[in-house]
Amino acid sequence: MFEPIKVSMESLNLITLAPMLIAIAGGLVILILDLINSKLHKSLYVMLTILILIVDFGATIGLNVNERGFFNVMLIDGISIISQLLIIVASILFTPLALTSKRFHEYSYPEFFALFLFMVAGFQFMVASDNLILIFVGLETASLSLYTLIALHNRSNSYEAAVKYFTMGALAAGFFAMGSAVVYALTGSIELYQVAQVLAARLHETEIVLAILGSSVLLMVALAFKLSLFPFHTWAPDVYEGASAPLAGYMSIVPKIATLVVAVRVFGMYIDLGVEWVRDMVLILTVITMTIANLMALVQEDVKRMLAYSSISHAGFIMAAIALDTTEGTASIFLYYALFMFTNLGAFAMLWISRHKVRHFSARFDHPYEKFAGLIHIMPMGAVIMALFMLSLAGVPPFSVFWGKIYVMQAAVNAGYVWLAIVMGLNSAVAAYYYLKLVVYMFLKEPVKDVDTVYYNLSKPLMAVIGLATVATVTAIFYVQPLISYLYYMISASGY
Amino acid sequence: MDNILSVLVFFPAIAGLLGFVVDKKSARAYGITVAAIEFLLSLWLWFSFDTSNAGMQFVEMIPLIPDFGVNYYLGVDGISLFIIIMATLMTLIGMMSMSIEKDVKNMIITLLFLEMTMVGVFVALDAIIFYLFWELSLVPMLYIVGAWGGPLRVYAAIKFFLYTFMGSLVMLVGMLFVAYVYHNLTGVWSFAITDWYALVLPVNYQLWLFAAFFLGFAIKVPMFPFHTWLPYAHGQAPTIGSVILAAVLLKMGTYGFVRFSLPMFPDASVMMITPIAVISIVMIIYTAMVAYAQKDMKQVIAYSSVSHMGIIMLGIFALNSEGIGGSVFQMLSHGIVSGALFMLVGVIYDRRHTKLMSEFGGLASVMPKYAVIFGIMLMASVGLPLTIGFVGEFLVLLGFYDVSPIMTILAGTSIIVGAVYMLSLYKKSFFGPITKEENKTLKDLTPKESWSLIPLVAIVIWLGVYPKPVLDPINKSVNAMLVFMDEKAITAEAKEMIKVPHAATKTGEVK
Repeated sequence: MFEPIKVSMESLNLITLAPMLIAIAGGLVILILDLINSKLHKSLYVMLTILILIVDFGATIGLNVNERGFFNVMLIDGISIISQLLIIVASILFTPLALTSKRFHEYSYPEFFALFLFMVAGFQFMVASDNLILIFVGLETASLSLYTLIALHNRSNSYEAAVKYFTMGALAAGFFAMGSAVVYALTGSIELYQVAQVLAARLHETEIVLAILGSSVLLMVALAFKLSLFPFHTWAPDVYEGASAPLAGYMSIVPKIATLVVAVRVFGMYIDLGVEWVRDMVLILTVITMTIANLMALVQEDVKRMLAYSSISHAGFIMAAIALDTTEGTASIFLYYALFMFTNLGAFAMLWISRHKVRHFSARFDHPYEKFAGLIHIMPMGAVIMALFMLSLAGVPPFSVFWGKIYVMQAAVNAGYVWLAIVMGLNSAVAAYYYLKLVVYMFLKEPVKDVDTVYYNLSKPLMAVIGLATVATVTAIFYVQPLISYLYYMISASGY
Repeated sequence: MDNILSVLVFFPAIAGLLGFVVDKKSARAYGITVAAIEFLLSLWLWFSFDTSNAGMQFVEMIPLIPDFGVNYYLGVDGISLFIIIMATLMTLIGMMSMSIEKDVKNMIITLLFLEMTMVGVFVALDAIIFYLFWELSLVPMLYIVGAWGGPLRVYAAIKFFLYTFMGSLVMLVGMLFVAYVYHNLTGVWSFAITDWYALVLPVNYQLWLFAAFFLGFAIKVPMFPFHTWLPYAHGQAPTIGSVILAAVLLKMGTYGFVRFSLPMFPDASVMMITPIAVISIVMIIYTAMVAYAQKDMKQVIAYSSVSHMGIIMLGIFALNSEGIGGSVFQMLSHGIVSGALFMLVGVIYDRRHTKLMSEFGGLASVMPKYAVIFGIMLMASVGLPLTIGFVGEFLVLLGFYDVSPIMTILAGTSIIVGAVYMLSLYKKSFFGPITKEENKTLKDLTPKESWSLIPLVAIVIWLGVYPKPVLDPINKSVNAMLVFMDEKAITAEAKEMIKVPHAATKTGEVK
């Protein structure tokens, strides 16, 4: 007979759930508003979304470090707080991109914003737990919302992108479920801290080693799909191309932060246990990823596809930090994404303002390099700003990504992986070529079509977002210090 | 004014930002005024510089990222002082003589930003700040070559950028490794070069780090196998681009060797003397021969630049007072002379839109003033006594004679080979009958051009006759560095090899 379970409210520690609940409640509020009055303008929903996210931010930053809640499935450690903060900030920054001067299909549905908030909540669940099932639930909530958001952009290649992403995502979800099943079969638990204890006690047994192989490979495949690591990266350029620029930019940051957190928890655990070949597997995958993606980016003709490959390469670059398994390495992941966020936001926003509602620049591509040829003559300020973002992505100091790069490379050197730092350096040199290509087109070539001015979508909110991204990119040197010390403190507090 | 270095670095940058507001037609005057103020500021720096002090002066230090050991740390000593003045002077003169009509405003703003990065590289005492300015200097140059250059400009610009960028990323890994070693030994993160000087590294570390820094600097110099970007860059760059590139940007590489490689890795430097001397001699002789084979005047001067940079490298690795002091002096001399020569080629290019020597001949009779100034600069470039070129070259050869007489003799042939290609250039273009109809009506130097070139002629002769005011502060800092290197060296060979000048040990005792 089942015993009645008595649970006290205090032991549930519901405050740990507050941030996600705020986002979900916010999404519901938006749906209800639409039910009451369906003629409300998108600007209302955008502002509402931002406000809800700000409340969410407040709830997250107020959490105490190292707490568990809700039957111990919620884990609020330093990593989960900073990654939630990053996710929320990135979401706040990308939301106003909906306020274009032209009307776009998807933003006329309030459901877009509700789904967006559900997605944020999903990502928050994903990073705020070490329970493989909750991680899975968060991952799926977020991913399903994201597929829908992509498809809402009313174009045939958006449907293609959404379906492609959905298929690949479903496959990855399958792998994740199988990997978790193996972990459960192995240790009788799906809570990573208990798994670690069981594994540590039984690490010398042969069957355990085999099972670790199975589980880590399956989980690696699942996460590699999400992070678009080689050889599971092939969906990324098509999906980026099909998605609207704001979503593509968003995809290059937020899902990756969330997945990296899961990767830190899972693979960090294996590496901590002393399973050296997991470390080797991560290193090999990441080195191949950054190199292949860089080489592929060299031959792209479309800026958005180039940026897609570039963000694959950046993901590989930063994933290598997981293999280092040092506090600095883990801190570098978050520092890198915090800095990369602003630059990528700016770059994708610049693509977004150049997007025409109906017309494509050429039959095949929407943002070919030629589109930006001679931008310095058409829109000098825009050209200079875009060039700043490109130089930042290339890792030219003192722009923001440089500080992330140098911190990762320093972490690699400190952990004894000088060769990794050199590989990273050489990859940055290769990457400089394709970023420069855009700069060359903008500054050194003549415009191709003089009728096609390239700032159809520019509006005040977009200018504000781009301005903010520019300032954050250029003045990184002044806020890197507080950022590093906060991240380092939070991460060392959670024991990574 | 204790923070004069910050003013020197950021004044041109702020002026560049404000320059966006200035009207197109006044941009040129604005640029020249700003560059002149910057030049006067750098002269003030010289004036207030304490020549009896061999250490760093006007030091400024503001922590930027303390957790990571990055500080805004500037300072100047005898070695960097004159390079800074040369950089501001050449920017000013280059702007004065500039003949570009297209997008003058963009050019002026770019040049002002470039000036910031150039001064920044030479005053930075924090490796990350150094790296920052070093990399940033590529961007304006990329734009100058790519936007105002010749038909292959985009290729040349990208080649220049990528080559240097790749080398410096390897150097960056080297810097990170030094910081890591420093942190291991002291428990403190620091990228300050002066802190790093105190670091005594084991020989195998020194060799690896030397190699990492070498790649960064050697590409910039450019040393022999890595020099292929330079002829393209010079060939395609507009006159002003070539002037700045030859006069200042190349010096960053050799300056890097003096500032980083020698004091940080004394033992590795000593072990590397022979390989580097061999490369330098190959550079000197091979590129001189290539220069002789060129048909284009600008290419002759571009290759002669590489050849002269070989002399500078040789002097640096003589590891004695004469050699290094001579090298630093030669950096100044090469900056002024090659800058002037590129400007002179620009003068004739503006008139005829060709730089091929076969198109000219007998120019001396139509353009006498031009021929005289060209002649003086050419003699200085060859190293004629009583010109600025002689002093540096002589000191370098004198210094290297201690290391290896045979190699010195080989390097000394550079004066002969240099004379051969330079005089043949002069003969083909300036002497003989006027063969082309178009050349008969060429105008001599305009006042604008004369006023840009005459100060350079004055400096070439002044410093050729009386180099003491410049050489003394240089030698003082170089001697201090050598004493320090000698103390720090761990292998016996290095202690043996690094010649501590007697004067320096004496003053050391007095102190």
